[in-house]
Amino acid sequence: MAEIGILHYLIVAALLFVLGVIGVLTRRNVVIVLMSIELILNAVNLNLVAFSRMWGLHGQVFSIFVITDAAAEAAVGLGILIAFFRNKETVNVDEVDLMKW
Amino acid sequence: MFFLEYIWLIPLFPACGAAIMFFFGRKLQKTSVSAVCVLAVLCTFVMALGAFLEYPAYAKANPDKLGYETTLYTWLGSDSGLPNYLTLDGRSAAFRADAGFLFDPLSGIWLLFVTGVGTLIHIYSTGYMAHEGGYYRFFGYLNLFMFSMLTLILANNYALMFVGWEGVGLCSFLLIGFYFQRKSAGDAANKAFITNRIGDAGFILGLLTIAWLFGSIQFTKVTEMARSGHFAIGDHWITIATLMLFIGACGKSAQLPLYVWLPDAMEGPTPVSALIHAATMVTAGVYMVARSNALFVLAPTSMHTVAIVGALTAIFAASIGLVQNDIKRVLAYSTVSQLGYMFLALGVGAFAAGVFHVFTHAFFKALLFLGAGSVIHAMSGEQDMRNMGDLRGRIKTTYRTMGIATLAIAGIPIFAGFFSKDEILWQTWSRESGAYRFLWYIGYATALMTAFYMFRLVYLTFYGRPRMSHDVEHHIHESPKSMTVPLMILAFCSIFAGFLGWPHSLGGSNRFERFLEPVFAKEGHVLQAEGEGSQLAAGKHEEEHTNSTEYLLMFLSVGAAGLGWFLAYRSYHAADKGYTEPIAAAAPPVYNTLLNKYYVDEAYDYAFIGRRKIGNVRLGAMGLGEASSWFDAHVVDGLVNGAGRITRTFSSISKWFDKWIIDGVGVNGPAILARALSYPARALQWGLVQWYALVMVIGLVGFVFYYAWR
Repeated sequence: MAEIGILHYLIVAALLFVLGVIGVLTRRNVVIVLMSIELILNAVNLNLVAFSRMWGLHGQVFSIFVITDAAAEAAVGLGILIAFFRNKETVNVDEVDLMKW
Repeated sequence: MFFLEYIWLIPLFPACGAAIMFFFGRKLQKTSVSAVCVLAVLCTFVMALGAFLEYPAYAKANPDKLGYETTLYTWLGSDSGLPNYLTLDGRSAAFRADAGFLFDPLSGIWLLFVTGVGTLIHIYSTGYMAHEGGYYRFFGYLNLFMFSMLTLILANNYALMFVGWEGVGLCSFLLIGFYFQRKSAGDAANKAFITNRIGDAGFILGLLTIAWLFGSIQFTKVTEMARSGHFAIGDHWITIATLMLFIGACGKSAQLPLYVWLPDAMEGPTPVSALIHAATMVTAGVYMVARSNALFVLAPTSMHTVAIVGALTAIFAASIGLVQNDIKRVLAYSTVSQLGYMFLALGVGAFAAGVFHVFTHAFFKALLFLGAGSVIHAMSGEQDMRNMGDLRGRIKTTYRTMGIATLAIAGIPIFAGFFSKDEILWQTWSRESGAYRFLWYIGYATALMTAFYMFRLVYLTFYGRPRMSHDVEHHIHESPKSMTVPLMILAFCSIFAGFLGWPHSLGGSNRFERFLEPVFAKEGHVLQAEGEGSQLAAGKHEEEHTNSTEYLLMFLSVGAAGLGWFLAYRSYHAADKGYTEPIAAAAPPVYNTLLNKYYVDEAYDYAFIGRRKIGNVRLGAMGLGEASSWFDAHVVDGLVNGAGRITRTFSSISKWFDKWIIDGVGVNGPAILARALSYPARALQWGLVQWYALVMVIGLVGFVFYYAWR
């Protein structure tokens, strides 16, 4: 059994990222879309932490920033969602189509 | 000098009387109306008499003055905002008219007989109008007339004179139309007013020309300047100014061709005819010309015009008077004719003789009219002489006084008219070395006609067989004292007024002419000098014969008067119903022409008024109105409409351009283009967030692969 290297981390992060993208693109529920965005961000975090194991602590610092950012983004996103729900009584993303021409 | 100093009060008395009548007259009793108005005029007479008596002393003390002049205040002047103007000779002058009064021998004489006759006629009217409605109105108008007339006489400048001039015109209008219920009276009033407007236009033009020539319109200044030799005899501008003034005089004094209003003015009450249309107002033209004598003598052309128009008017009106049947109309034409005499005198330069005739005429013509009024009164309103006759025994006072007036106007010796008319004829014969002799023949023929129509009037009215209906005959009565006493006073004047001008040739001193000398003397010299200049060769031996010639002419004119009297006597002294007119028997066409007043009214109707048509064409005022109406409807309105149509056409083109070129191409074009271009862009924006995300991912993947494989 070979030693777990940087490549393994990257593959796991890539899988997470792809899963997140698929979630964002395919799910209709905005809550799930937001959760998928969290997946994408966490895939990035995983990458940063993995790289910081090899080249120093800067990566971990950045991942802290990203987590903070994700929290803020979730708060704003959920706030918009609640406002939207009050208007439309739906959380389906394909019904949010007012912003066309 | 009390009366002279307060001369401005003279017009004020009747003005007050008129004001009282207009404001309170309706509520006043007839007796108080007559008291106020007669008293007002009587005051003016007393004032005038006082001023007249004081004047010689003043004139002696101030020999260099033309007359007593006093200014109340400046009526029009530079302080009322009138700009200065340039006179003909380039001086800058201010237009100025004072409320100023001038008393000189000329205005003195006028003042005296106007107020005197005016007073008598006021008294007469209290009797004549006693049973008429509008009593206070009548007296208010009469007083207003006196005010205007006195302003006219006393004014010291042309502008103030014009105020009086228009004032008497207005009162004439009001009084002619006094019986305004009658259409004929209203028409006559309009006719008088409108005809006078023509003359007034001439007056104004003359006034302005004088202002332009002399830089002043004050009589004394104009006279002084005219006499100073500043202008040459025959100066064109003076000629124009005087001719314009004469047009004014023609209107007011009923001369050819503007005389037509005066006969119609007989529609007014008879005292009005006596006061305004015989004795006073119609002599205003004579007064104005006499006032402007200094100008007229500088314009021989104007003098000739005045003389010829006067002579023609005299014979023209007298010939019409020969056949008229309305007693007042005969007198009206007689007035026109006598006014013609006066202008003849002025025109030949015998100003004093003209004024003398005005003076005597005022008495006997007023008397004739008042007598006619008394006759009409007695005849219950009948004015047609064909329905009168044999009145001499029934209204004795009227008969006697009218007889005196007739003797006076016909020129029978010792009566007033003899002296004045003879003076005129003599001056016409002798002035300017006989240059005017052809006018003497006209004047002589007129004298014959005058005697004829006046005695015709007397014989038809007072002699012959009674031709009135039985009812009327039953009512004949002499007029009340208030009417007969003025008649007697006027009769007295008609006899003795002439003595004032007793001629030199009959051993008199012609005091009248001497009194007027300061006003006219120098003019006489100018004209005589001119006449002598042209007749140097003829020599002076003619003057020696003057007295014998004068006697001969006097004899001839008395003969003419006697002949006229005789002819009238033969034809009418026993006139019964259906009597024959000698002229009608001799020459019916002439008779008809005269009876229809030479068809002048009809001619004016065609030519100036245009009430009738010649074929399809309407001439005159109405024709002009129709032509202007047509011009307005077709040409002016056509132009207006044409302009409108052109504008409209242009505007529709402009609208099309705006709509399709500016809005279409310029404004909407880019918008349409942008919109067309927006369609493909819009197709991309379908609004589904996840699709956008997918496109982003595909793009991202595309870029990654592109860079990875490159």
